[in-house]
Order: sequence, then C-alpha cells, then structure tokens
Amino acid sequence: MSVNSLDAMSEQYYDVLKEIGNIGAGNAMTALSQMLNCKVDMKVPQVKLLEFKDVATLMGGEEQILVGVFLGVEGDITGSMMFLIELEAAKHLIGKLMGMEIQPGELGEMETSAMKEVSNIITGAYLNSLSTLTNMMIYPSVPFLAVDMAAAILSVPAIQFGMVGDKILLIQSQFSDDIDIDGFFVLMPDLESYDKILKSLGIVS
Amino acid sequence: MAEVIKVGMADLKTCKSPDSITTLGLGSCVGVAIVDKVNRIGGLAHVMLPDSTVMKENTNIAKFADTGVVELVKQMEKLGAVRNRMVAKIAGGAQMFSFDSKSSLMRVGERNAEACREVLKKLGIPILAEDCGENYGRTVVFYPETGVYEIRTVGKGTKTI
Repeated sequence: MSVNSLDAMSEQYYDVLKEIGNIGAGNAMTALSQMLNCKVDMKVPQVKLLEFKDVATLMGGEEQILVGVFLGVEGDITGSMMFLIELEAAKHLIGKLMGMEIQPGELGEMETSAMKEVSNIITGAYLNSLSTLTNMMIYPSVPFLAVDMAAAILSVPAIQFGMVGDKILLIQSQFSDDIDIDGFFVLMPDLESYDKILKSLGIVS
Repeated sequence: MAEVIKVGMADLKTCKSPDSITTLGLGSCVGVAIVDKVNRIGGLAHVMLPDSTVMKENTNIAKFADTGVVELVKQMEKLGAVRNRMVAKIAGGAQMFSFDSKSSLMRVGERNAEACREVLKKLGIPILAEDCGENYGRTVVFYPETGVYEIRTVGKGTKTI
C-alpha cells in the first residue's frame, strides 16, 4: 500500500500518528520544563486533520502573528517539520529563558537565536520519540525561523500536504506555566517516507 | 454597501464592482487577480501549487495555477466578462523561510509565480503589475472598480500596485 491521500489513510495509521504525537509532544514539554526550570502543565495533545481554511482559524485567524520554526528531517526518513507558536507566547518563553522582559515589536537577534534554541529542544524531543517508536535514525537540520501572518507561514506545510490532499495533519499541544500557550507541531514526511514509517511500525509489510 | 469577498487557501471567487475581493496571508501561494476593464467584473484565485498534471490528487482545481486560473477566467466569462478585455495582477510566491536550498519544496513560491505568468500568457491576459518573491507574507485586496491591488504586510508596510 502506498499513501497517496491523507483522507484515504487507514484509521490505524492515524491512531499511530496520534500516539507519536502524544509521546512526542509530551517529551517536548518535559524538555521545555527542564530548560525553563519550572513546572509546565500540559493538556493531552490533540491530533487534528483539518481543512486548509480551518487551520488558521485554530491559530487565531489568518493574520495572527506567529513564530514558525522550520527544520529539515534527515536519516532513515526524509521530510521536514514545523513548530508554530503565537508571537506573544514565544516572547514569554524567550523572556523566561533569558531572564528578562522582551520588548514589544519584532524579535531582535538575541531573541531570534534564543527562540531557535527553544525550538531545537522542543522539536528535538519530539523527533526523538518518533525515532524511538519507529526504531529509525531521524536527525533534524538546523532550524529556520519566520515571524509572519499565520496563513503565510502555514502556506509552507499546506503546500506540502496539498500535494496529497486538501487537509493538513497537525498536533496541537496546549501547555501553561504562568500563561496558557498553544504550540503546534506539523510533521511532513516526504511521500516515500510515509511508507517507511508504516513499515517500521508494522502496519504494512 | 460594497462587500469584501473572502477567498480561502486553494480557492477562487469572482466579484462585481463595487465589491472587492481579498485573501489573507499569502505565503508561498500566489494571488492572481483578474478584471474585465469594461464591465468591472473581477476575480481572485489563491493558487497553491504550480502544476496539476504532475499530481495524483488534483480534484480541487482551484489549488493549481494551470487549472485554477483557467477556471477563474471561465467563471468570470459566465458573469459576462470578456477575455480580451481582461488584465491581471499577481502577488505572493514568497519563500517564507529564507535559506539556500535546491529543494523544490522551498522554491515552490517562485515556481507558483512562474506558473501563473505562463498560464496568463497562454490565455492572452496581460499582467499589468506584480509583487512576488521575497520572504514575507502578504494580505491582498483587489478592487475591480479601480483595478487597484492593495498589498499589506507585517512590518514591511502597505502598497498598491
């Protein structure tokens, strides 16, 4: 079997992705909590298969300003992944990490670099879970960061998913320390990597 | 009262002056705006991928430059627009994450814009102006009444073409 459309994806595969999402996001939050040296409460992550038009709504509207971190995935599977978070929430996290208040407006060089570090840890923990579950080697590339309108940033994963359908698969992870924060993970394996993931999980032989 | 018609991602709509038509937060996608200069019938397509023929999954014709722009023109003609009076403006096609990559996924903005130019050329519709490329998102509003295409960005100001 090959996966040509996410809609046609088996229930079983969807469940597996959900599980990977749960564990991955859970690990990511643990890593975040360690880094910030504080308790981070986390809700059970939600795996969502959404129409393009509903994705931006989930993130506060098309023009909501988000920080998007994009990184390539290499190793036994190839593709890319993204971590998205609202700009204000990102500033809160960076502020905590740097032990200072972040000024309003755009992110400076230091803040951008700190945000990349936060993302590295979060996405690294996520990919680590995927790697453990599938027993595959999975390495992240260096992260790239963009601060822009939600829809514009989302066009990147949407285009990737657009090649196989009209929906996007994402994992919403809500957590809170002093404020509530919504983080979103999007894993975008290349087409041939879907099969590899399925095989490694024993769903197809 | 003039309405503002909203076009979603991988979607297309038509409108009649004095209504205007918008799509929010174009990233690597391209917003193709077309108007019949005489009767002021306009349309906007939010194109996501360049070529439907290389895709297995191509049921949503609005998603692709080749099929989407053709369909938009067809729908405008149904409303009474005439092909040889049509002119176009295009915006978007950014590379949201600015790094050097030969990966086709990363260059998709550029390829989208190129595919839109090609299909408009094939249809014989001239492009009057464009604002494509760079690395930032664009919200666009098209006014068939004046033919003005307004482009808003985060931190890069607003302009009209």
